[in-house]
Amino acid sequence: MPEPLVEIRHLAKSYTRGGQVVPVLSDITLDIHPGDFTALMGPSGSGKTTLLNLIAGIDKPDAGVLRVEGVDIGALGERELADWRATHVGFIFQFYNLIPVLTAFENVELPLILTGLSRAERRERVELTLSVVGLADRMKHYPNELSGGQQQRVAIARAVVGDPTLIVADEPTGDLDRVSAADILAMMQRLNRELGKTIIMVTHDLNAAKAAKTIIHLEKGELLVPA
Amino acid sequence: MFLLKLVLRNAFRHRLRTFLTVTGLAVAVLAYGMLQTVVDAWYAGAAAASATRLVTRSAISLAVWLPASYEARIRGMEGVKRVARSNWFGGVYQEPKNFFPQFAVSDNYLDLYPEFVLTEAERAAWLRDRKGCLVGRQLADKFGFKVGDVLPIRGTIYPGTWEFVIRGVFDGAEPGKVTNHLLFHWDYLNETMRKAKRRADAVGVYIVGIDDIDSAAAIAVNIDAEFRNSLAETLTESEQAFQLGFVAMSDQIIAAIRIVSYVVILIILAVMANTMAMSARERTSEYATLKAIGFGPRFLALLILGESLLICALGGALGMALTLPAAAFFKTVAAIFPIFAVSGGTLLAQAACALAVALTAAIVPAARAARVRIVDGLRAIA
Amino acid sequence: MAIPLSYVARNLWTRRLTTTLTAGGLALVVFVFATVLMLDAGLKRTLVGTGEHDNVIAIRKGAETEIQSGITRIQASVIETHPAIATGPDSRPLVSKETVVLISLRKAGAQKPSNVIIRGVSATGLALRPQVKLVAGRMFSPGASEIVVGGAIARGFDNTRIGDKLNFAQRDWTVVGTFDAGSSGFDSEIWGDVDQLMQAFRRTAFSSMVLRLADSDRLDQMRADFDADPRLTSELKRERTFYSDQSRALSTFINVLGLTLTTVFSIGAMLGAMITMYAAVSNRVSEIGTLRALGFRRANVLVAFLVEALLLGLVGGLAGLAAAALMQFASFSTTNFQTFADLSFRFVLTPQIAAQTLAFSLVMGLVGGFLPALRAARLEIVEALRAA
Repeated sequence: MPEPLVEIRHLAKSYTRGGQVVPVLSDITLDIHPGDFTALMGPSGSGKTTLLNLIAGIDKPDAGVLRVEGVDIGALGERELADWRATHVGFIFQFYNLIPVLTAFENVELPLILTGLSRAERRERVELTLSVVGLADRMKHYPNELSGGQQQRVAIARAVVGDPTLIVADEPTGDLDRVSAADILAMMQRLNRELGKTIIMVTHDLNAAKAAKTIIHLEKGELLVPA
Repeated sequence: MFLLKLVLRNAFRHRLRTFLTVTGLAVAVLAYGMLQTVVDAWYAGAAAASATRLVTRSAISLAVWLPASYEARIRGMEGVKRVARSNWFGGVYQEPKNFFPQFAVSDNYLDLYPEFVLTEAERAAWLRDRKGCLVGRQLADKFGFKVGDVLPIRGTIYPGTWEFVIRGVFDGAEPGKVTNHLLFHWDYLNETMRKAKRRADAVGVYIVGIDDIDSAAAIAVNIDAEFRNSLAETLTESEQAFQLGFVAMSDQIIAAIRIVSYVVILIILAVMANTMAMSARERTSEYATLKAIGFGPRFLALLILGESLLICALGGALGMALTLPAAAFFKTVAAIFPIFAVSGGTLLAQAACALAVALTAAIVPAARAARVRIVDGLRAIA
Repeated sequence: MAIPLSYVARNLWTRRLTTTLTAGGLALVVFVFATVLMLDAGLKRTLVGTGEHDNVIAIRKGAETEIQSGITRIQASVIETHPAIATGPDSRPLVSKETVVLISLRKAGAQKPSNVIIRGVSATGLALRPQVKLVAGRMFSPGASEIVVGGAIARGFDNTRIGDKLNFAQRDWTVVGTFDAGSSGFDSEIWGDVDQLMQAFRRTAFSSMVLRLADSDRLDQMRADFDADPRLTSELKRERTFYSDQSRALSTFINVLGLTLTTVFSIGAMLGAMITMYAAVSNRVSEIGTLRALGFRRANVLVAFLVEALLLGLVGGLAGLAAAALMQFASFSTTNFQTFADLSFRFVLTPQIAAQTLAFSLVMGLVGGFLPALRAARLEIVEALRAA
């Protein structure tokens, strides 16, 4: 068994809402291995999105250890965390979260701006990635000129263009019709199988979850099926 | 650069909103510039003063006369080169709104004012004609006066209708010199008053020409000392101080105008701050996305600051560009101020205001965007 | 059915920052607008309120102010015998022969002096002006170098308390009393004994005369008599008219300046309101779609957004008006262009000004909110709902 990519030990997180402390995650222990395609499922309020956020480094745990590729990301400062995210994580959101004033090409280019690559090198990568998702002919279009499915494909391209260690997806098919959803899931499977990308996906849709290799259930902040 | 590209695209995202904001800024900067120019115009008289001239008048107030006999005594004092007389006439030409200054002056008056030039022929003609008068070029142009015209002026302080014959038109030695006044002979005024058995040999002010600028203060003190405890005590001051005295009479109005010019900047600051706050709030999830991808808080702050600077630069530049033609227009339409010129200082101040508004309006939204927690931002609905 | 007011009001409350900034901009414009109106009203009250209706001033023909005017002693004796003049309890004509001069006094805290009117009055001078009341100290004694000062002078100038001495015309004059002349121009004057002042300034002629008409309608007849008399070179004006004419230039200046400023400012504020309302509309597109789907009509939506804009205008207007109302505690003094003398007046808030101000504010809100409201009303339901 190869070394786990993500090691989670006794992770806990709570939020303060209106003066009250609400625990969201309690004592999560979990391993994710390179090449996994894991779906996190659970009813609303189960903490699945919170767990995803913690793994992606966009939130900090209250207790416990979270190591990605051996690095304890809970201990990193905000700037280091930002730099870490730029190279290690690719994001796919339910509502695509594309920047409306940038073209498809420019949206995909975003993560590369943070690297030291030259303009030509960036262009090469972006064009490649966009053809992988089948949108090479739509490079110059703005998000509002693309359908939902196409926008999500641009988002996927943006998520992989920097060759990150980890791809996190939060309800990637939540806003899509059945056909586009199937399309997206198939693409994610290809990324996983052919390019070996490690994907962690949060979803409440069983059909989507079935596209993954493993399903983990969360309820009220606790794992129902420990890894 | 990427930051610049995003700033530009964001600024023109809502074209109508940006257009309205830029227009509002331009209007505000224009108003500010005009108001400051009004204040400058008020001080223009003081700016035109010469350090080689002192003004001696009654210590009681400008409305009280000095005896004509003082002239010889002042002329004999150390440091004094030349003394001229000047009485404010204050008459009405046709109707009160045609107001222009008229002075009854001694024949050597123009010697003290080298900034006004007159041909020798016209000067000689004026000196020969006791009812003759000289008018400034701006005044002549405004009413179409020509040499040889007879001007009837209704006196207010000196009653009756007076007729003067224009014997010459004087120009300013430099462009920008105010030439909107009329000069006639003090002797003519005096003999007319004497014939009517009214107060004669009464001088309004003495203009004292000196050689050495550094001894101006000492000479002034000497003159006043000479006449202390006499029947008509004097107050002598530099011409600039004299002019500033007039400005000070309206100092509350001037202060009010200054305050109001800053109020207009406050108004536009409120508008700009509102625009920036709204735009930033609408893009919260975008900022969160950028942060998630790895862009830092500084990038986001600069993004907002850049947008604010761009919009304010456009509005400010437009306002500044409109100020010069607006001032020219105002000068012709409402000719209250003989000098109405937009100074370099005003333009600089306009630019500074635009900059200040840009920075202030961006502070809170920039700080908020920099500090937004990614998870909260992603959850936000615009 | 109309969209409820609470929906509109709550929307403004929800986006408090935006509402505050927009209303703030409107409030500033309203403040300037109201203050200018109040200043002009204060000026008018001072000058229109100066004098009595039945008093008439005699000045030399052609003179615009008392300072420019002169009436010889002989002319004065002729004038005071005119039958149209009322007589006092002592059977003597109610006439005051006065001399008016300007002196330089320094305002409290100012570097440069201002011109102040000093008026020599006779004993009847006070009787002719019942609006002037002595409030502290006593009246000057005839024959003494004593003066009384108006309230504005006592408050605004150095060295004008009871007991202080002012030096001019080579004499020391002791301040022995303070008078209150309401908000009239007399409050900015210093009064002394006419004979003493004429001596000190070495004048042989009076500046003007104030007469009380026995019968107010006989003014025209009096004028005709004066014109016919070759000894006289005077003209007559009702006291009130005389003083209000003297403020015309200053009043025009204040009005023109104020109006121009306010017009320009209002453009800025209206643009601000427009930006806010457009944003309000675009943020609530799906809401509007929902309301229309529920059955509210286009007109209802239009009205709702117009009301929202009006409310913004109202809030801004009330805030600006409240701030302007505070200006009533301040006083304003400047040199009247026409008389060349310092004149003190206050900011006066009348119900009419308050109404005008609020109306102005509502109009600004309306104009700013009109186009956005129109846009909201013209949305198609289906598009609006889709734009969630």
